[in-house]
Amino acid sequence: MAKSADTLLEIRDLKKSFSITTGLFSKPLELKALQDISFSIRKGETLGIVGESGCGKSTLGRCILQLISPDEGQVLWLGQDLTRLPAEEMRRRRQDLQIIFQDPLASLNPRMTVGEIIADPLRTLRPELSREQRRARVVKMMEAVGLLPEMINRYPHEFSGGQAQRIGIARALITEPKLIVCDEPVSALDVSIQAQILNLLADLKDQFGLTLIFISHNLSVVRHVSDRILVLYLGRIVELAAGDEIYEEPKHPYTKALLTAVPIPDPKLARQRSIDALRGEIPSPINQPSGCTFRTRCRYAKPICAEHRPALETIGNERLVACHRWQETEVPEEAVLEA
Amino acid sequence: MKEVLNVQDMSVTFALHKSEVHAVRDLNFTLSQGETLAVVGESGSGKSQAFLAIMGLLAKNGRAGGRALMGDINLIGMEPGQLDRYRGKDIAMIFQDPMTSLNPSLRIRTQLAEVLVKHRGFDKEKAVLAAVEMLERVGIPEPAKRANAFPHELSGGMRQRVMIAMALLCQPKILIADEPTTALDVTVQAQMLDLFKSLTEDFGTALVLITHDLGVVAGVADRMMVMYGGRAVEKGTVDDLFYDPRHPYTLGLLHSTPHIAHRAARLDPIQGLPPSLEHLPKGCSFNPRCAFRFERCLAERPPLASIGEGREKACFYEGDLSYGKVA
Repeated sequence: MAKSADTLLEIRDLKKSFSITTGLFSKPLELKALQDISFSIRKGETLGIVGESGCGKSTLGRCILQLISPDEGQVLWLGQDLTRLPAEEMRRRRQDLQIIFQDPLASLNPRMTVGEIIADPLRTLRPELSREQRRARVVKMMEAVGLLPEMINRYPHEFSGGQAQRIGIARALITEPKLIVCDEPVSALDVSIQAQILNLLADLKDQFGLTLIFISHNLSVVRHVSDRILVLYLGRIVELAAGDEIYEEPKHPYTKALLTAVPIPDPKLARQRSIDALRGEIPSPINQPSGCTFRTRCRYAKPICAEHRPALETIGNERLVACHRWQETEVPEEAVLEA
Repeated sequence: MKEVLNVQDMSVTFALHKSEVHAVRDLNFTLSQGETLAVVGESGSGKSQAFLAIMGLLAKNGRAGGRALMGDINLIGMEPGQLDRYRGKDIAMIFQDPMTSLNPSLRIRTQLAEVLVKHRGFDKEKAVLAAVEMLERVGIPEPAKRANAFPHELSGGMRQRVMIAMALLCQPKILIADEPTTALDVTVQAQMLDLFKSLTEDFGTALVLITHDLGVVAGVADRMMVMYGGRAVEKGTVDDLFYDPRHPYTLGLLHSTPHIAHRAARLDPIQGLPPSLEHLPKGCSFNPRCAFRFERCLAERPPLASIGEGREKACFYEGDLSYGKVA
């Protein structure tokens, strides 16, 4: 992909496998979680990452932050390869790259007060700050995320899920990061609270000039927040395009199927819509199909799809798609031969 | 359509150390054959507890009052032994997490066959055959093979299908589904919702869909009941409530839900947090979060009352609920 001046992060040929032990004497199996992942993120954009469970989206987020070490490939942060940084230096670099997790309560230490939790990254990353300076920053950050500063000495269990997520966001923001990986940040929250947190993230993004990677299985939420969207299937990129392009004109059959499966909160539209329900379920990442890994569920699959893996092609303006037949998927349903 | 369930003045209370919490109050609704009723609300709205009470599945410190009439049988307050004659046979419930609802140490066919042996007096062999047939009906490929599997060998979507198959074995009149698709991927969710639709059509089952996801409601349900702070606050057809909500909370839920077809700059959510059931606000429970409140709402609780055309709401405000005013 073309590298432009405002590229903040570039991922090149990232691979990650996990070995699965099945028994004392059997050979461990290889679970290919991520393969051939390459993309870049511009300063100030929000990149949404979507896919079904097990597609590798969380692993990808963790590989970017080096919370999981990728097996191969590079994670270039302003040109510097994070995968080769010594541990100590990577720790300092984490000032710039932070993460927000799905389960807000589980990701907060129950024995620490809210003030201590939010200040924690500062203690390791900014040891030169005095106690008072730290506290002043914490109070300011609590206000920014909509928490009352008088709650500073309370413990996580005294907070609701939405408030706990605000604490998690404050902790991520306290080091003044440039990029935040949001891993399903609103999935565990009630609808009204979810909307509040999405608005908060949008405000903070503007206020602090953040770049966001937004990982979620909820396509409506991703559509709402993202500038560009990356679709993963079984650990590979199948499509990457601007949010509007993906939603208005999806090219990959998987993206299309995902979109039609999203429930619409509009009864008349929902009744009219014919659901292009995907057949079956996502195959095991241990035993991946040959060729295009999506072919087993794809209504457009042809023999070529079993033989050759489609390359990730650049089409149009920086759009990427990995499908042999993306140009033919516009044909009406009747004309499509069942493979 | 024939009425299959009539709930009257139902309440659920839980005894705490020194106090009592009212999880559900003054709940009234009916359910007809073949229809789908969505029960919508956020955590703590009482939507799940109401139906656990009907199934006799409340926690030990819980107590249910009122009536849940299936014909002339009142399920509320019935002894467990007696309730077992109807539970699973006439009325069945499935839950969000299918793994915790299945016995991990028994094969699928054993768990399914047990239901038929117990409720319909099938012999074991016939029960297994019927179980496999039902697995096929709910869309499980290679049902005979899958019947021999243990729950952990199936995916989440498959396990939820097994739960539905189990619930349908006795062809119950009523199926209660509590967040049945929340733990599933969208593609599998779409398959399940399709399955629900054909169930109500083919078997005439009355379906109660308990959910917080308005997207799911829109595609499947006929009628809708919105709950807040343990009470029903608005009832009507799905179209009425989506296109012309009359309660500010219903409106707020709609505005909080992102819509895939259009990208708004900002969502317009309800401010504040759902109330604690132990400290419900005076007057209308929703008043601290409501943009339309006036003096009366702080002093008096609005009753759920008919507003014509089969609709009901619990709100004093009679003016226009216009977009952008939920602040």
